[in-house]
Amino acid sequence: MPGEKNSYLSGTGLTKVFRSGRQKTVAVDHVHFDFHEGEVISIVGESGSGKTTLAKMLLGLLKPTGGEVYFQGKKRDIGTRKKKKEYWKSIQAIFQDPFSAYNIFHKIDAVLLDCINMRGGRHLPHAKRVELMTEACGFVNLKFEELTNKYPFELSGGQQQRLMIARVFLLKPKILLADEPTSMIDACSRATILDMLMQLRNEIGMTIVFITHDIGLAYSVSDVVYIMEHGRFVESGSADEVILHPKETYTRRLIADVPKIHEVWDLSTV
Amino acid sequence: MKHTIRQVFRSGKFLLGFSIFLALLLIMIFYPLIIKDAPLAMIGRGTFFPPGTYVNVYDSIGSPHYTLMLDDAAANRIASKLSNDDRLAMRDWLVADGIPENQIDINDTKTLLDQWENNYDPKKQVEGMTLAKQRYYLRLNTSLQGLLSTEGVIIAANNPQSGALEEADGVAQTDYVNIKEVPNVRVLPLGTDNFGRDVLTELVSALATSLKIGLVAGMVATLIGLTLGLLSGYIGGLIDDIIMFITNIFTVIPSFVLLILISFSIGQEHRGAFTIAVVIGFTSWVWTTRAVRAQVISLRNRDHVNLSKLSGHSVIHIILADILPYIASYVVMAFILQVSSGILTEAGLSILGLGPKTTEVPTLGLMLNWALIYQAPTLGKWWAYIPVIVIIALITFSMNLMNTGLDQVFNPALRD
Amino acid sequence: MSKVMLEVRELTTKYITRFRENVYAVDHVSLKVEEGKSLGISGESGCGKSTLALSLMGYYFAPLHYTSGEIIIDGRNITGMDPDDIRKSILGTEISYIPQSAMNALNPTQKVIHFIEDVFQAHDRCKTKKEIHEFAKEAFETLGLPAEVLQRYPVELSGGMKQRTVIAVSVVLSPRVLIADEPSSALDVTSQKMVIKMLKSLMGSGFIKSMIFITHELPLLYNVTDDIMVMYAGQIVEKGTAKEVVLDPLHPYAKGLMGSIIVPEKGLRDVKLTAIPGVPPNLKKPPSGCRFAERCKYARTECKVISVPLHDAGPGRAYRCILSEKELREAYQHAR
Repeated sequence: MPGEKNSYLSGTGLTKVFRSGRQKTVAVDHVHFDFHEGEVISIVGESGSGKTTLAKMLLGLLKPTGGEVYFQGKKRDIGTRKKKKEYWKSIQAIFQDPFSAYNIFHKIDAVLLDCINMRGGRHLPHAKRVELMTEACGFVNLKFEELTNKYPFELSGGQQQRLMIARVFLLKPKILLADEPTSMIDACSRATILDMLMQLRNEIGMTIVFITHDIGLAYSVSDVVYIMEHGRFVESGSADEVILHPKETYTRRLIADVPKIHEVWDLSTV
Repeated sequence: MKHTIRQVFRSGKFLLGFSIFLALLLIMIFYPLIIKDAPLAMIGRGTFFPPGTYVNVYDSIGSPHYTLMLDDAAANRIASKLSNDDRLAMRDWLVADGIPENQIDINDTKTLLDQWENNYDPKKQVEGMTLAKQRYYLRLNTSLQGLLSTEGVIIAANNPQSGALEEADGVAQTDYVNIKEVPNVRVLPLGTDNFGRDVLTELVSALATSLKIGLVAGMVATLIGLTLGLLSGYIGGLIDDIIMFITNIFTVIPSFVLLILISFSIGQEHRGAFTIAVVIGFTSWVWTTRAVRAQVISLRNRDHVNLSKLSGHSVIHIILADILPYIASYVVMAFILQVSSGILTEAGLSILGLGPKTTEVPTLGLMLNWALIYQAPTLGKWWAYIPVIVIIALITFSMNLMNTGLDQVFNPALRD
Repeated sequence: MSKVMLEVRELTTKYITRFRENVYAVDHVSLKVEEGKSLGISGESGCGKSTLALSLMGYYFAPLHYTSGEIIIDGRNITGMDPDDIRKSILGTEISYIPQSAMNALNPTQKVIHFIEDVFQAHDRCKTKKEIHEFAKEAFETLGLPAEVLQRYPVELSGGMKQRTVIAVSVVLSPRVLIADEPSSALDVTSQKMVIKMLKSLMGSGFIKSMIFITHELPLLYNVTDDIMVMYAGQIVEKGTAKEVVLDPLHPYAKGLMGSIIVPEKGLRDVKLTAIPGVPPNLKKPPSGCRFAERCKYARTECKVISVPLHDAGPGRAYRCILSEKELREAYQHAR
């Protein structure tokens, strides 16, 4: 229920316009949103809806063309590199393709060490750092002794994605953006990834924002769902409201187009 | 990394190019250790000595003589003195005399001489022969008589006391010397050039210089190209605009013209090999910059770069750790191409006379320049320019082959 | 008893790697598809379903090699046929295959109609261009595609349209069996629905007599195919009708798979999704016992040692486990 939890990350009129010569593309069109602490939010949209651009703006990787972003109730200010670094202690991301998220020339230890450094652990003794990394790997059911000194391509897709989650465990951000975290993972491993993310949320009270095209995924894990089409939020509300009682035509079509098991999947609507 | 290196050395093209290059390098390194002469020493008084083994005649007189009875000695002697024109003339006379043509072989000296000896008679009248021609045949016959004699030669020297010419020694036609016992023998496999310099020694030294120039030019160009490309590709914005502006200026001005102008203005005095190399480097970085920039632009939006940013790394760290390794293979190939083009550019400059100073070190281009100025092609002195051309071709071919081999390893899509 | 369109007996095929190792990607697979019916094949990536699709056509090229087994199409045994003969007389006419991302098969520099002319010419069907055009137009209309697509270039078409075009072209010669490998995975949900609708109508309109649909997405199979087969590490671990396999799975792997299905329906949030830890075995050295034993919650000591055959559990129903139906069902009840 709104008002109970604090607004953690919100935006008004957020816009991103890409210009190339005379042409301009409006990727994100004046969106309003309000994410509360501890919530699980999903932004559902098809490819080209602008959800990845929105994610990049939220992360501070892309500069918005218009609108405001509010972080912890105050206007977000990430003008200088120092402020950006500070911001990134509170907000992190998991990407869709686990393999391309790693630098293939560095061993996987580097990724975890970077996180320890970011939390100020640069001067910790080696043994303590190994302990932290082992703990993080243990959380995602990986054994650090087996993974240390390996290169990313020596791990499977599922292991790579779980290592990304271990990274988040080390950083303990207040808000995590997960961009299609399971679309490149097999069906049997999906539940594992989702489970771990939920566990993380429960342990540290993290807010999670899922960015996905899979409306079923959105329904199974989220509290709040936003439906995005052509850069705009066409519908939003609690998961039950949006998925079981959709109001907008686009939302209805999106739900109707996904195959069902216990309900009838009507093919005549295309 | 190890896996890539293993694959590189399995690529046929790369191995071929690498072996040629290595062979040239080894020659370049070991030749000066064996033959310690200065490359620009003018050892020949006279121009364009043909390739061969040069034996000191004075020493061969004084060396121990050995008598060898060889069958074809006389024939060889005469064969070398009888020009092709003379042989044709002899054949014409014999045919006119009535000998069937198919019995005459102008290349078989012995038989030809026998036939001539048996049939020639100055008094025989041949139809249609002019007086001049008759006299020519007479002269030919007399010289042949001289050749056919088996008399030796007498060497006379000045008696240091009386000042008169005295008989000192005799040399028979069957006297031979062992080259190994002659103290002064010099093999000039490629003869000498117009200045009388040993072409082979000069060539090896020129190869070394040209390679060095190519390397320096390549490094300068690649470094400039890499830095500018990385900065303009990753940072973008105003820096990108400025760098692209500079690049465009350098594209519009033809680099070779620019090189000529710079070379000319530096003046003959200051044009050392190293200076030229740096100048070449400074005018050929454009292509590398563009290529690196394009690669960097496609890399900067990758997930691992974003992750690095989220992990708080600085711009320099991201460029060096997340972008540079990914374009490293490309840069290596660009470097090889720059070296090869540097060598060619220097050759081009030197042919025009705008290359490094001519008095210090030879370069491949300079050798070609001299050959052209002193008209070696017209005079038919092939050893002054053809070996140079072959070496230039081999070096650029081997480098390009290595490049293609590397390309196939780094771009599996190109493998056949 | 309807005619059997495709029957496969104990088919085994292998990949030979660069280092001369044998990887038995398809291990003694048997299946039967009847006229008018469709079969779905599911499993995680690497289980061998795409290899099975290639193997079913009998068209082997390195590094895929045939080892043993039989393939019979409509009574005709094509095992061991020369690849050239297969290309001329089987591919396209008896069996048609749509690989993943088939839309990329369209030559970007030629119009779609040219592609169809090619198909006809390759099969020595002497039809004039006009006849081909007429035929194509009719076929497209029957399949619900606008006839104007024929005169377009592939760049002018959307992903969904391209995929449907390629599917339409692959059935113009009315093959007995259509094998579709992930025909809709690269598309957005709406295009996916259009492709599925088209595949269903292909069966209805008689263009094809039977279909094999390969995908890792089970809800699709549930809605499209009559029967479902689940593969794991190159072997079939469960088969039966779609309803049986999805709503009442027997094999522990299938059970786990069905428990991880996510569909936006009421009741999804009340159920805990099952996760199967671990990774599939390396097929270069497959384990001697049950291949799933390492990851199985209900594994017993014998499971890792004895090799397990398929057990019958009714007409057309089978599963590969040494536990009986009763034991499995009890175990599942317990776990709830």
